[in-house]
Amino acid sequence: MSNTIICIEGLRKSYGPVVALDRVSLEIEAGKIFGLLGPNGAGKTTITKILTTLVRPDEGKVEVRGTDVLRDPAKVRGLIGYVPQELTADPYLTVREHMSYYAGLYHLSTVMRESRIRELLTLVGLTGHEDRRVRHFSGGMKKKLDLACGLIHRPSLIFLDEPSLGLDVQTRRDIWTYILRLKEQGTTIFLCTNYMDEAERLCDDVAIIDRGRIAIVGNPAALRTQLKRDVISVEIAVSNEHSLEALEKAVSQLGIVQGTAKNGTQLRVYVERNESALPEILKSAAELAVPIQTITYSRPGLDEVFLHYTGHALAEGRENHG
Amino acid sequence: MAEFVQETKAQLVRWLIHLKREPFNMAFNLLNPVILLIFMGGAFQGLARDSTEGDYRTYLLPGILALTAFGNSMAGGISLLFDKENGLLARLLSTPICRTSILVSRFFAVNINTTLQCLIILVLGLLFGIRITAGLGGVLMLVLISLLLGFGVTVISLTLAFVLENHGDFFAIVGLTTLPLTFLSSAFVPLESLPGWMRLLAWVNPMTYAIDGMRSLILHGWQGLLLAHIGIVLVVFDGAMFWLGARVLRRHLA
Repeated sequence: MSNTIICIEGLRKSYGPVVALDRVSLEIEAGKIFGLLGPNGAGKTTITKILTTLVRPDEGKVEVRGTDVLRDPAKVRGLIGYVPQELTADPYLTVREHMSYYAGLYHLSTVMRESRIRELLTLVGLTGHEDRRVRHFSGGMKKKLDLACGLIHRPSLIFLDEPSLGLDVQTRRDIWTYILRLKEQGTTIFLCTNYMDEAERLCDDVAIIDRGRIAIVGNPAALRTQLKRDVISVEIAVSNEHSLEALEKAVSQLGIVQGTAKNGTQLRVYVERNESALPEILKSAAELAVPIQTITYSRPGLDEVFLHYTGHALAEGRENHG
Repeated sequence: MAEFVQETKAQLVRWLIHLKREPFNMAFNLLNPVILLIFMGGAFQGLARDSTEGDYRTYLLPGILALTAFGNSMAGGISLLFDKENGLLARLLSTPICRTSILVSRFFAVNINTTLQCLIILVLGLLFGIRITAGLGGVLMLVLISLLLGFGVTVISLTLAFVLENHGDFFAIVGLTTLPLTFLSSAFVPLESLPGWMRLLAWVNPMTYAIDGMRSLILHGWQGLLLAHIGIVLVVFDGAMFWLGARVLRRHLA
């Protein structure tokens, strides 16, 4: 890959007995949105902290734009922007004071500072709030300000750790729009998320990480296609829960079915792309007199990809060092 | 160098905005010193007249100044610990700043705060009729001695901000050191009237030296030799704290 902006080789990191990262290797292309997708405690934040020079790995090699992060962290810090998952806005400062603070940390001239502040506040929709103290802001506004502060020095690479965590639907969409706009401007975005929809919507490439290991890397659409299995989801009423077992047994016998998973009143049936699957399952349900409430046929999402490569659902991830 | 000045100034401006917009913080720091000066000074006025060379509030003032400087300096690192807890410090460490600027900016902010608080205490003292024998120059010297005591204590506090994991521990340490160390000094009574073990502890307490120097300025005027001796002790204390702090912080800020 000639256009590599981040190169990670054999990264290992332990916190006492807990292995946070186990031989992680990744190559990330410039100008794209790269997503690190995994549950809490999978190792996403640890990788981000190593790349942003905040944590030293036990082993491995890390380069950002050809600069060794471990040997020359000071140079790397000037190349990157970092927006952590916590809201770091200071309640006592106004929006303008925040931006000036970060402008000072990134050594911007006064002239440049003013034009950047205007440009970034327009980007994140905070124009008109310049002189308001952050104390009175909503979580979404604080997040937008955090993002704007991370962009004040116009970095070519920005790390966003869970950028839409805890935000309302509209703010989430706004943040997504800004991220896509940044990509259009040529910024490389390294995004940590445990939201499937966020990864699907934004990322050119994703790495699925689980228990400190990279399970698979690729384009989200390609990963879904490669799975070669579609999902038929059958939902029945609570009162008929017992009849779902019989249906599961029956459809498992069908040649087109690759596997099944039952969860309460929902049965998920995995089939290789096969248009006859739906009528076959409906037929089995009719024979067994299983009263179906809803039935949907869908192409696999990233959650299916996650399940396929890790052996468990994303929501079942363990909780420990992130 | 220009970059170091710019990044230090940016951080110092933030701390000064806090100082301006958080007046209750300063009021909280001043609470104990003001109560002691007004009420304890008044209550023990008659009782202490013989052993404290006249007006007890005048005798007490240097101890109150030392308590103010020590308490404010000791609490100075807490803001950095809050930044550590809410993720701002990590963000700061991912920027291309010289790590020292974090400490230098906070150091300046704490000592600007200490200066203001000492001046408030001095004005309050003047309102209660206390006169400084060493005159206006003496007032400046009182602030300088308070700062010389505060410098080393600020370094201890900034170091604790990086070593400790939560602010509960920090508040406990501030509480367990500030007032007890003031009692283990010549702040409230002459050293000679302390029991032997307390006198021994007061002798190694830098507060005692700062208080003795300030007391000589207030009661007797300029005593060059004594002030030089006290200055040397406090500079040695500050130097030792800087050396120790630098050793510990180098590991935490690498």
